[in-house]
Amino acid sequence: MAKISITVNGNTVSANVEPRTLLVQFLREHLKLTGTHVGCDTSQCGACVVHIDGKAVKSCTTLAVMADGSSVTTIEGLAPDGAPLHPMQEAFRENHGLQCGFCTPGMIMTAVDMVHRKGNDLDEHTIREELEGNLCRCTGYHNIVKSIAAGARAMGK
Amino acid sequence: MYEFKFSRPATVRQAANLLAKTEDSKLVAGGHTLIPVLKQRLAQPAHLIDLSKIEGLNAIEIKGRSLVIGAMTRHADVATSATVREAIPALAKLASLIGDPAVRHRGTIGGSLANNDPTADYPAACLALDATIVTNKRKLKADEFFKGLFTTALEADEIITRVQFPLAKKAAYIKFRNQASRYALVGVFVAKRPSEVRVAVTGAGGDGVFRVPQFEEALKKRFSPKSLAGIAVSADGLNSDLHGSAEYRAHLIGVLAARAVDEANS
Repeated sequence: MAKISITVNGNTVSANVEPRTLLVQFLREHLKLTGTHVGCDTSQCGACVVHIDGKAVKSCTTLAVMADGSSVTTIEGLAPDGAPLHPMQEAFRENHGLQCGFCTPGMIMTAVDMVHRKGNDLDEHTIREELEGNLCRCTGYHNIVKSIAAGARAMGK
Repeated sequence: MYEFKFSRPATVRQAANLLAKTEDSKLVAGGHTLIPVLKQRLAQPAHLIDLSKIEGLNAIEIKGRSLVIGAMTRHADVATSATVREAIPALAKLASLIGDPAVRHRGTIGGSLANNDPTADYPAACLALDATIVTNKRKLKADEFFKGLFTTALEADEIITRVQFPLAKKAAYIKFRNQASRYALVGVFVAKRPSEVRVAVTGAGGDGVFRVPQFEEALKKRFSPKSLAGIAVSADGLNSDLHGSAEYRAHLIGVLAARAVDEANS
């Protein structure tokens, strides 16, 4: 077992984990933060995207021990319980950016990272290019792209 | 995944000692090849040695006539580095075409080179730019570093620390991506150097990355896409799989090389 200490959504969490524990397993099974999903489990679909030290990563392809000492943000950390939704979450709701919702947490975490790197004025081409690591099997992406453009603008206000 | 032990040494020396002393140990950099391999139980190391806490392995700097990139530098940092974009823009472009944004936040240049996947991008850049791969023990020229599929000249207790890319007069990389995996079906890196032209191909070779001497000679006489007209690449020894036949890949090499020269000239 390995002792790790990670700041998850602002709270420091210490735990003993097997080194082979994936970050996504740690979040879902140890911390019960089940908003982060496991889709393909092969680092292709992006349902498991969280932020480590502010950067989007695939938590199914990161060991929990590799995140030791880091700050992790999950979809639960974007807006505290009872608080208004994060502007990107609100944009997905407004623009019907989801159908089944399985890919949505990863889409939103990728979208927020995209805004941090590319700014608040995102054109359709940029958004589609940047979404290459996130798969949605319902929407055809159209409303996801609309949601991200709107969310990016809202984050700038 | 099978069980393993995990260490995070603070220095290259500590990592090398662990690697030498611990039986069946394996280095992990960004983990974006190794972790999927472990998940599929295709490898069973007893001990993983994580290089991410070693300081000084992720610097990007110009030293003399070379661009020097630390082994633990992430693809995203190479892609967006003002220093890389100024010195060798083709290398920044290459890094921006690896995987997807989240993958680029974790994957490293050193990890990619040590793995030497036959469809990886960086090996083509190293070979075409005549890079030197610096380890904790010695310096290896790219021509002697890549030894075939997933095989390099690295010894069991050797660790890549940085890569030196001599600045080229002109360079470009054109990649024909597999639409699903984003790996190179074929990728061609062309570099015009003071004394020579080099053309390196990834994704196509049965033994991994390789150079194309007949293209290099023709381009040395005149660095123009027209110089490549009529020069065929043999399909012998090229990969053939569900994504493309060896003949198709041979054809792509010519097409992409011409496009790369065109881009390098623009």
